Amino acid sequence: MLGTGHALALRGLTKRYGSFTAVDSVSLKVERGEFLTLLGPSGSGKTTILMCIAGFVAPTEGAVLLDGQDITPLPPERRDFGMVFQGYALFPHMTVAENVAFPLRVRKLGAADRDAKVRAALDLVQLSGFAERLPRQLSGGQQQRVALARALVFDPALLLLDEPLSALDKKLRAELQEELKVLHRRVGRTFVNVTHDQEEALSLSDRVAILNHGKLVQEGAPAHLYEHPRTRFVADFLGKSNFLHGEVRESVPGGFVIGAGPTRILQAVAENHRPAHGSRVLLSLRPEKIALLAEEDAADNVVMGRIAAWSYLGAGYTLVVETPDFGALRVALPTWQAPIAPSEGLAVRLGWSSTASVPVVEDAA
Amino acid sequence: MSARRWGQDAGWWLLILPAFLLMTAFYIAPIAQVLAISFTEPSPGLGNYERLFTSESVQRVIITTLRICTITTALALLLGYVLAYRIALASESARRWWILAVLVPLWISVLVRAFAWVTLLRRQGLVNNALMDTGIISEPLQLVWNEFGIIVGMVHYMVPYAVLPLLASMREIDPRLLAAARGLGAPRFTIFRRIFLPLSLPGLIAAGVLVFIFSLGFYITPAILGGGKTLMVAEWIGLQILDLIRWGLGTMMATVLVVAILATLAIFSRLVDLRRVFGSGA
Repeated sequence: MLGTGHALALRGLTKRYGSFTAVDSVSLKVERGEFLTLLGPSGSGKTTILMCIAGFVAPTEGAVLLDGQDITPLPPERRDFGMVFQGYALFPHMTVAENVAFPLRVRKLGAADRDAKVRAALDLVQLSGFAERLPRQLSGGQQQRVALARALVFDPALLLLDEPLSALDKKLRAELQEELKVLHRRVGRTFVNVTHDQEEALSLSDRVAILNHGKLVQEGAPAHLYEHPRTRFVADFLGKSNFLHGEVRESVPGGFVIGAGPTRILQAVAENHRPAHGSRVLLSLRPEKIALLAEEDAADNVVMGRIAAWSYLGAGYTLVVETPDFGALRVALPTWQAPIAPSEGLAVRLGWSSTASVPVVEDAA
Repeated sequence: MSARRWGQDAGWWLLILPAFLLMTAFYIAPIAQVLAISFTEPSPGLGNYERLFTSESVQRVIITTLRICTITTALALLLGYVLAYRIALASESARRWWILAVLVPLWISVLVRAFAWVTLLRRQGLVNNALMDTGIISEPLQLVWNEFGIIVGMVHYMVPYAVLPLLASMREIDPRLLAAARGLGAPRFTIFRRIFLPLSLPGLIAAGVLVFIFSLGFYITPAILGGGKTLMVAEWIGLQILDLIRWGLGTMMATVLVVAILATLAIFSRLVDLRRVFGSGA
């Protein structure tokens, strides 16, 4: 279905409120039919960017381009974008069918055409039997689907989603994530989603753009961002991460060795990214990539420590292991693979391979 | 209700007893007496009420009152709606000044305001002089001591009472709904007609009832601006009781007025369900 949607581009988008820069020169491309998520903590400028795309906020500098055409000066009502608002913003005095018909009525579509499209849109979100209900007679998840149907019914060039799942409880959110994904494949349109929920971003998106303090920090496919975070912020915000500080002691084929105190850590690296001898480096190490080693097991890197705290999560354990040279390291391991029953104060051997961790840079403040 | 429940409730009733007695002594008893007089003076029976159907002057007063109140309500709602709309969409700081500007007239005595209108509207008043000086008219217009004058004064008095409930209901409307409508492609007027207006309807009904009921009992403004030529119900009652000493007729009209107000409220309480039908916007 790729190719039926429209392509969007942001060029040097900047929004200032007085001396405060909400969005700082963000350039970004969204391909036809792509599902892009703008991910960031609150205040990162992600919603402002979405509002600039929708036309509700005029950027201070930069441009919004749709299929290469500058649409920056167009008001929202002339952009023809579908939008799902935070809290859905369903019209409380209209039935579900009237809500969905609203964008068609505004576009002066004939009654027969309108009814057919409304029915198709409600079918799409599996709400066919709810046409005559009022929004407040629906559950949160159903309201969310009505908002989706209303945003999609007029074949918009783009679908914008502002924290579409944030008002729902965890289980329902997971369900609707799946539905949203299926829906995106079925309608094949370009979706731009805003969220602060990293799980939602990872599971839904073709591509994620991570924002912090109004700046685009990194963008890429979810797996790429997770496995190869460029900065400490990305590694920390997307999933959990341990950070190992050290100094480059020597170069070895395919990697380098850092030292922190007496401990030596082997880190694999691409040839062209080799850091200078003696420089300080920061490694990001995911908790699930650390193994608890038995006496006889070997690994590229082995660190001794004591369990300072642990919690049982059903599917797995989370351990906090105090180590002499790297401080507290967080370790996640599946319950069925745990070689020991954790207890506080227990001495453990931690091991990980040289490819498990990745060098990251500190974020500019 | 079981005996035990009744005993529990009696304790609560006791608490409101003082207020109940006060109301009875100073409010309900006089009204009951008014009701009684209307049936007993000058002779016992329904004679006074018969006048409602036979006396042309009684009918004229009622029709005049209803006409003036309807026009006043319509105009006050229209002006109030425009004002409230402006205030609801104003910025936070501007809104405070707007509300102050709406409320200030409420603190000025109704007597002062009525005379102020007389000064403005009389034959040699500001309005007539200005119109004659600019040559728009050659003869002074009859702007006061008629229905026109009464309506001007009453609308002026009533606009704040229309603005307040309207503003309350407009501020309940989620601004995101208006943004959503815009995002879905609706032009400004469509957003107003299809989203804003229906959602502010409960406020419009409440304001309408409030203004209409208030208008029915207006006394000072019509007395001064009507100049005794156009009689509304309240002034007519005063005339019957104070000048003509026809207590029976006066209390009959007072009773009719009270019943009319209660009837309006009863209809309103049915309409108030509209809040559910149309949603409160919250």
